[in-house]
Amino acid sequence: MNKTYYPRLDETVLRETLPNGLRLCIVPKPQHVKKYAFFAAHYGGMDVRFSLDGEKFDTPAGIAHYLEHKMFDTEEGNALQELAKNGAEPNAFTSNEITAYYFDCTEHFEENLRILLSFVSVPYFTAESVEKERGIIGQEIRMVEDNPEWQVYEQMMQLLYKEHPARIPVAGSVESIADITPELLYACHKAFYAPGNMVLCVVGDVNADRVREIAMEILPREQGASIEREHGVGETAEAAQAAQSRRMEVSMPQFLSGFKCEAPCKGEEMMRAVLIGDMACDVLLGDSSALYQRLYDAQLINGSFGASFDVLSGAAYLYAGGDSNDPQRVHDEILAEAARIAREGVDETLYQQTRRAGFGQSLRALNSFESIAVSLAEGTFRGFDPNRFPELYDSIEKADIEAFIRENIVAERAVLSVIEPKEDGE
Amino acid sequence: MQSIRKKILPDVFLTHYPATKFKNSLLSIQLVFPLDAAFASANALFPAVLRRGTARYTDMRSISSALDALYGASIAYTVRKKGENQCVGFVGSFIDDAFTLGGERLLEPVAKLMGEILLDPVVREGCFLSEYAAGEKENLADAIRSVINDKREYADMRLLQEMCKGERYAVDRLGDEESLSRLDARTLYAHYQKAIASARVEVFYCGSADISRVEDALEAALSGLPRGSVIAPAVAVRRAVRETPLHVTEAMDVTQGKLSMGFRCTSEDTAAMTLCNTMFGGSSNSKLFLNVREKLSLCYFASSIYHRAKNIVTLSSGIEFENYQLAFDEIMEQLGAMRRGEWEDWELDGARSTIMTAYKTMDDSISRTEEFHLGAVATDLPDTPDELMRKIAEVTPERIRAAAESIQLDSVYFLTGKEGADE
Repeated sequence: MNKTYYPRLDETVLRETLPNGLRLCIVPKPQHVKKYAFFAAHYGGMDVRFSLDGEKFDTPAGIAHYLEHKMFDTEEGNALQELAKNGAEPNAFTSNEITAYYFDCTEHFEENLRILLSFVSVPYFTAESVEKERGIIGQEIRMVEDNPEWQVYEQMMQLLYKEHPARIPVAGSVESIADITPELLYACHKAFYAPGNMVLCVVGDVNADRVREIAMEILPREQGASIEREHGVGETAEAAQAAQSRRMEVSMPQFLSGFKCEAPCKGEEMMRAVLIGDMACDVLLGDSSALYQRLYDAQLINGSFGASFDVLSGAAYLYAGGDSNDPQRVHDEILAEAARIAREGVDETLYQQTRRAGFGQSLRALNSFESIAVSLAEGTFRGFDPNRFPELYDSIEKADIEAFIRENIVAERAVLSVIEPKEDGE
Repeated sequence: MQSIRKKILPDVFLTHYPATKFKNSLLSIQLVFPLDAAFASANALFPAVLRRGTARYTDMRSISSALDALYGASIAYTVRKKGENQCVGFVGSFIDDAFTLGGERLLEPVAKLMGEILLDPVVREGCFLSEYAAGEKENLADAIRSVINDKREYADMRLLQEMCKGERYAVDRLGDEESLSRLDARTLYAHYQKAIASARVEVFYCGSADISRVEDALEAALSGLPRGSVIAPAVAVRRAVRETPLHVTEAMDVTQGKLSMGFRCTSEDTAAMTLCNTMFGGSSNSKLFLNVREKLSLCYFASSIYHRAKNIVTLSSGIEFENYQLAFDEIMEQLGAMRRGEWEDWELDGARSTIMTAYKTMDDSISRTEEFHLGAVATDLPDTPDELMRKIAEVTPERIRAAAESIQLDSVYFLTGKEGADE
């Protein structure tokens, strides 16, 4: 296996692409008793339209997430119980781009790894079991429908994007999942769960050769066919719609200001773009920014306020929000401050401090086995090495941040999503 | 890892947890108060006001800049409930010295800044700045009201309010709006001065610095801490179960119902109770998960928590409104199965190894270790993870049955939809 040591992080990663196309990453952690395995498919909530060997598919919203729920079923029973018997804590998630299955344990690691690799690679669905899951997922969707933080986010995505499937909720809707069948689930598994479309990350004190052997033994020999995903054909640079508000049972208004940004290219340029977007967030909206202090002092925002920059295939967006009694005012102030920075530039001291703080925060994230695995998997699918952040921070200049803000944080790209409290008697 | 706990000032304890495997270090300074409805809001409020500015850094922006310069260190104010105590204070997180560019040390400046935030606030005419006090008072009122935004959390809070009415345990960690409304900059400042003099203080450090360095840094940082007569942390009171369970139903415009149930337990066999709860509703292999969710498809979540210090079990689930009775009956049926000792070997083995894994991996996470440690010292349950593991290993099926038999339904809270509302 290919070994890379990162002296500025004191981290080591072993990498190899197996003959069946599986990308394998192992991060040794000799001082920890916890062992963690993370097995991910490059398949998420936004991969609803795709072609496989030239054949076109148009699948229901929420199918990747539905598949995740059903993968735990095996012909013998349920993999959750198998893992739990060994004291492993298994779980799974589906994001816009990734479906991941993982566990942590202290003992029986190799046996648990075998269980993980087999249940994810061997589908077993029946009409009855697929039907039964509809009730459970239906309740998961209902839970999200009553959650204002989710709703304000989903509403923002729909304001930002007209075509791009990032606007589709990962779990779909009660209606969209109504017609999902075992046949459809088998077809999606075949398309996206081939070794060539997957990554296995292991973090902990494990025997790397054994991990490799087990993966070779259990997973299919074939790489799988090539997939073409449809991500945002015909999407424009401007936001789809400027603003929307709806009422829910909340104590005060919640909002998100969203900004549709230029979608970055692939590889290390993409990672650099992510760091630039993150730094732009901090410079413009972070705790140390002039705007944050001003809005906080004026009681327009509180501790719930936060900002983030997210990148997906074919989409990138910066957003900020929280609770506020005057979302429109905050939204306008963000745009005005961005315009000021675009004109006058970023303060040099603030910029240097932000860079140093960004490095510290990225480093601290390496304490979490899960975040190590998620970033390695994402980096593998996107073609970059996430552990190169110290070098990339070095390569970023103040002018990059200014250019980002000048181009992206402007009215044509901006949306305002608000959830307001119900009025009395409603 | 072997930790050391020692007294560094009167009623101020330092726990030192040496570790070199993390990228960062953690320093936590916590004040422990018995939960009290009259003072809970004031205790929750003053750390927020302290975090606004110090004599040296008079606003949040200058504190943030100082933290950015310390490689993005963070100092967060925390308000937590541990048993029948309220723990408030600050948690600092900063990268390990090994990763700073010029080998700078971060423990000393972070400890100093935390000490300043706690003891040396910016003041005007001998009290907090009125704009800071008023601003944070409004923020806290918003936070108290916002519990309603998360319906599961809201239902769980309402259950405890109803079930434990009149007990410390019913008091929310943030207190209530009414006692908050009576505070102003002057009364809050007076409360703060009394509070820092009378609180037990628990300091926790985890990182690569040795204990003498940590002691020196803390003694310097806390040298101005006033010490008066200190109030001991509260020991949670056990109450007998109600003769007839209390049922409370409230309506809101929601799409999913939230069912919360509370049980009182008489068994003092905490190791058996812990296992019993994990098998009943504490994991994704529990009876609640496998039956209420997997077998009957009634919900996405149905899980229970054992409150060790208070010896109660609470559970919560999100269901369709019309499935209330079905879910309630199935939950009680599963508790019945626990009482009758109806489980397969793998259920017990799985639960036991789930708990063991959780304890074994505890010191792989700094934040979990801090959280566990604070719970242990604030509730006077001093067992270490190793001791707890030993006790869990010894639990027999008979003891689990006996624990299950002691679990009695006390109160039920149901959040339902509004009649005639949409959807």
